[in-house]
Amino acid sequence: MGKTLAEKIFDAHLKDEPFPGTKVLSLDRVLCHEITTPVAIADLVWRNKDRVFDRDKLKVVIDHVTPSKDSKTATQAKILRDWARRHEIPDFFDVGQNGVCHAIFPEKGYIRPGFTVIMGDSHTCTHGAFGAFAAGVGTTDLEVGILKGVCAFREPASIRVNLNGSLSRGVFAKDVILYVISQLGVNGATDRVIEFRGPIVDEMSMEARMTLCNMAIEAGGTSGVCMPDMTTVEYLWPFIQDEFASKEAALKDYSKWISDADASYDKVLDIDVSNLEPQVTFDYKPDCVKPVSEMSGTPVDQIYIGTCTNGRIEDLRQVAEILKGKTVASSVRGIVSPATPKIFKDALAEGIIQIFMDAGFCVTNPTCGACLGMSNGVLAEGEVCASTSNRNFNGRMGKGGMVHLMSPATAAATAITGVITDARTL
Amino acid sequence: MQKKFGGSAIFLDRSDINTDEIIPAKYLTEVTKEALTPYILEDLTLAGFDPQGEELKNATVVVSRENFGCGSSREHAPWVFEVNDVHTVIAESYARIFRQNMFNCGMLAIELPKEAIDQLMALQQSGKVEVAVDLDGQQITAKAGSEKKQFSFEISQFDKALVKAGGWVEFADVRY
Ligand code: SF4
Repeated sequence: MGKTLAEKIFDAHLKDEPFPGTKVLSLDRVLCHEITTPVAIADLVWRNKDRVFDRDKLKVVIDHVTPSKDSKTATQAKILRDWARRHEIPDFFDVGQNGVCHAIFPEKGYIRPGFTVIMGDSHTCTHGAFGAFAAGVGTTDLEVGILKGVCAFREPASIRVNLNGSLSRGVFAKDVILYVISQLGVNGATDRVIEFRGPIVDEMSMEARMTLCNMAIEAGGTSGVCMPDMTTVEYLWPFIQDEFASKEAALKDYSKWISDADASYDKVLDIDVSNLEPQVTFDYKPDCVKPVSEMSGTPVDQIYIGTCTNGRIEDLRQVAEILKGKTVASSVRGIVSPATPKIFKDALAEGIIQIFMDAGFCVTNPTCGACLGMSNGVLAEGEVCASTSNRNFNGRMGKGGMVHLMSPATAAATAITGVITDARTL
Repeated sequence: MQKKFGGSAIFLDRSDINTDEIIPAKYLTEVTKEALTPYILEDLTLAGFDPQGEELKNATVVVSRENFGCGSSREHAPWVFEVNDVHTVIAESYARIFRQNMFNCGMLAIELPKEAIDQLMALQQSGKVEVAVDLDGQQITAKAGSEKKQFSFEISQFDKALVKAGGWVEFADVRY
C-alpha cells in the first residue's frame, strides 16, 4: 500500500510513539506570534526552563496588533521581543519589518516540502501549500515545541479533493475553497489532512495554493496540502539555489513527498469547477456559502481586503484591476492591509497603492488587525463587512458585526457599488 | 497533578460553538490565565443561557453538541474554563485543536454519541444535573433528582496519560 504525503512526512519525522496511534514528531519549524506565545514564555520562565530547542528553527513575528494599540498589546509585544532578543533568535520581525505570519514566513522561504511546522495559530495549515505538514496548535503544544522541538499528533488520514475542469474568468482560489468547505461542512475534515489535487491546483500559483490551504481549518482539517511541483521549486528557488545543482534536481528531491498513486484516502471528492460562480458566505459559519448571484444587492458598511487568506500581491492586483479609475461608494469605507512589507512595496512599485488611494481606500500597514476584531477596522454593533478573510463567526470582526467572506475581486466590486456585487457584471 | 473532574453541569445545546464565543479575541491581550476569569462564554448567544448567570458560575462540567471548540487555536478557551473550575467538557465531537488543548492542560474532553448527549440533556427535566467521572473505569454517572444515567466513554491511552500527568508539558518533560 502506498503512502500519502502526510504519512511520508510522519514516517520521516517520527521521534516516538508513546502509545499506539500517537505519533510524536520532530519539528522543522516552530512559528510564533505575540498573541499565543507570551503565555508559553511566561510558563517556561516560571518552570525555570527558559530555553529554546533550536533558535534557527524558530521564526517569530509580531503581527496581530502592530504597532501596539494599548498598554496590554504593548506588553505582549514586549514579552515576545525581549524573549527573541534574549535567545538571539535571528528571524524575528518587529515593527517596520513585520507582516501577517502566514504570508511573511512563506515569503522568506522558511517553509519547504516535507517539513513539519507548528504555530499557535489555527491557520498554520496555510503552509501545507508547499507540501509540508503544517498544523495549528495551542499554547501548550507551542511551549513544548519551543522547548523540545516535538509535537504529538494522531495518525493522519487524508481526504483527497480533486479539482477538475477549468475556472471561468473572474473565479478564483477563494471561490473554490469556499465551495469545498460548503461541501465538506465545518467539521467534515476534523483530524484529517485535506489534499488538494487535480489540474486546477497544478495551474495555480503558490499564492492561490496558500489561499486554498489557508481555509482547510474551516472544514476542521489539520492541514491542507498541495503536492510539490515546479511551481513550488520556482517560488523557493531564490532560497534553495545553493542547496541544489538545478531546479530539476530540486524537483526530483521534493517529489519524494508526493503521495503515492495507490495511497489510501478516507474520502475522495471530485469537483468540477467549470461552472463555479464566485462564492460568498452568509450567516456565521464558513460552510454557509452561496453563489454571489444569490447574495448580490446585500448592503455592506465596510470592505476589508488583506489577511493571511487574501492579502498577497496577486490578490491586490486583482482588486486594483477592478478599482482602477473608480471610487468606493459613498455608503461604505474601504480598508486594505497588504499582508507583508514586501507586498506593500511591490504594490507601491506597481502603482496599486495609488489606485487604492485614488479610489478612496484607507491603506494600513501589514497586520491582522480587523480580521479578528482587534484593531484597524473593528465593526460596530449591527455593521456588515465584505471581507477577504477566512472567518465569519458572530462577532469575529467586532461584537454584533456580520462578516461576508468573498474573493478579492468580489470585495472590489462590492466596494464600488456598496452592495455585494459580482465583479463580472461591472 | 491530576485535576478534579465532574460536578454540576451546564448544557449548551448547539453544535459548532467556537472559541471566539468561548473567549472573544479582545481578551487575548491578557497575559495571565486568571485575568480571563470574568469573560467565560461572554459572546455565546443561546436561548436561556446567561454568561453572567448563577448556573454558569456553579457549573464545573459543560455539555454540548458537535464540533465543540471549533475555530481559533486559542488555548485561552480551555484556560477560561480552567480558571472557572470547568475541568470537564462532554460533547458529541470536538475540533482537533481544542480537544488537544484540553488534554494538554490536563483536562477532560469526553466524547459521547448523540443518543447519550440527548439523554444527558433530557435529565435536566428532573432537576440539577450532577456528573461523576470515573477516569480509570471510563464511566460517567449523571444524576438529577431520582434519575440516574450511566455512560462509558473512550479515551486514548495518550490522552489519559496527559490527564494523569497533569498536562503535556509535564509528560514531555519526563520523556523528551
Ligand atoms: S490574518 Fe486573520 S486569520 Fe490570518 S493569522 Fe491574522 S488573525 Fe488569523
